[in-house]
Amino acid sequence: MNREILVEAEGLKKTFDGLLAVDGINFKIFKGESFGFLGPNGAGKTTTMKMINGVSPPTAGNLTIAGMDVCGNGREIKSMIGVAPQEDNLDPDFTVFQNLTVYARYFNIPKEAAKKRAEQLLRFVQLEEKRDVIITYLSAGMKRRLIIARALLNEPQILILDEPTTGLDPQARHLIWNKIRSLQKEGVTVILTTHYMDEAAQLCDRIIIMDHGKIIEEGKPMDLVRKHAGEEVLELVYSEEVMKLLKQTFRNARMEVVGDKIHVFTSHPRGAFSKMLKAASFRGAVIRDANLEDVFLKLTGRRLRE
Amino acid sequence: MANIASLFRLPKLSYRVWRVWMRNRDVFMKTYKTGFLPPLLEPVLYLLALGLGLGGFVQLINGEPYIQFIAPALVAVSMMFSSFYECTFASFVRMYFQKTFDAIIATPVNIEEVITGELLWGATKSLINSSIVLGVIFAFGLAPSPFLLLIPPLSFLVGLLFSSIAMCFTAIVPNIDSFSYPNFLFITPMFLLSGTFFPLAAIPELLQVAAQLFLPLTNAVKLTRALALGRLEFAPLLNLAWLLIVTPFFFILSINLMRKRLIK
Repeated sequence: MNREILVEAEGLKKTFDGLLAVDGINFKIFKGESFGFLGPNGAGKTTTMKMINGVSPPTAGNLTIAGMDVCGNGREIKSMIGVAPQEDNLDPDFTVFQNLTVYARYFNIPKEAAKKRAEQLLRFVQLEEKRDVIITYLSAGMKRRLIIARALLNEPQILILDEPTTGLDPQARHLIWNKIRSLQKEGVTVILTTHYMDEAAQLCDRIIIMDHGKIIEEGKPMDLVRKHAGEEVLELVYSEEVMKLLKQTFRNARMEVVGDKIHVFTSHPRGAFSKMLKAASFRGAVIRDANLEDVFLKLTGRRLRE
Repeated sequence: MANIASLFRLPKLSYRVWRVWMRNRDVFMKTYKTGFLPPLLEPVLYLLALGLGLGGFVQLINGEPYIQFIAPALVAVSMMFSSFYECTFASFVRMYFQKTFDAIIATPVNIEEVITGELLWGATKSLINSSIVLGVIFAFGLAPSPFLLLIPPLSFLVGLLFSSIAMCFTAIVPNIDSFSYPNFLFITPMFLLSGTFFPLAAIPELLQVAAQLFLPLTNAVKLTRALALGRLEFAPLLNLAWLLIVTPFFFILSINLMRKRLIK
């Protein structure tokens, strides 16, 4: 593999008032790939995004963007990155269109070019009809789309999306996913954080799972699912006898009791569970595909954060 | 020691400060029609109530009409209020509630330029508002000297000083309600005690010196009065020197304090 490395972190560390937020992580992001940062709240994802974007200087370690150290090359780095932050920081005093043209000035984009680009982007995120509406009157989904459009004003090589679909309805989520996919096709490198495992599985070529400031797993989403959760998961209603039977049938399987249910994970190939279900009937038995959420919960636990 | 030095680090600035200034100007231009009313009407009220009403009972030592005494002070007061308000409440809303600064520093504009743009905008607000007040007192015939044309540039300097002091508070307050402290401990006493409504000669000499040294408005009032009335002597130059020394001090301090608040 001699793909071009766009972002490289070595021993990257960040402390806030003695509190360790990012604890010496290493990763490489290649040009043109979509890279996801997953982890519970407080895992250090957003802090890592802010360091990549050059607004939060690392406490220790190395972080380079396109070969440039983030310390001392702030302007160059920021001009090649587009950021769609987690929180809405659109300008409430301006209309949709002005939000784009005023923001374009910060990138030194000439007035006429900025107007043209703003029109294009409004078309891209399907907000042309809201062009002259004040931000306050937009729905959450529209604001998200506008934030993404704003992040694209400077035609960035790297697009940072910090929880791009949190709090949106399924329609808005799918629209945003489609837009992200079309940007991926254009060759934009996408760096994404999310709490939604389906989103990561849909959009990311590779992911990192972080917890307590450290990277605990990394790889391609499907590989991680295979590795940690197998192909299929069997869910059934918990009882002592069922548990005993399961332990006899699947000796090496990992079993997890969640509420009144048992989840059975096995490395057996597809079909092992259905054979067993044909032989005897169980209450509430469901066989489903293993997914990234299984991996995430296995690695980070079910304990609530924050 | 290193900590104190870092509070007076020279900011890295470029033409980009004007991009931030332009953002605030664009917002201002959307609402200027209502924005012009308070600076237009307030001085008229003061001139009527204090100048004509109260002034009828007041005899100044030099025989000057009271309304003439307070009119230039009202111009200086508006410099203070408009810029201090702009860089406390208005800047705090942009920083804390709207996250405007966070949005801007994700672009090639750095935090020092954002804050400088805010300070220059605060100074501009001082220029706009005090010029309106100046127009009012001129219309009343209370600014007879052609030197009044030097008041707008002065108002930019005075505005820059009050913006910078305001921004220092904005950098350290935990929430927006905390601005009531600088308001009643700093702004209100200054409004009343800076040679605005009575000549400083009326108070003990020690307090007079203290007012000259520690109350920025005293210097602004003296200069504005000297220019409006064409009484240019040696003393106003000292007031100007005071402003020129103190302003850069707070300007640089406020930028560094804000950097420390926002860049973690």
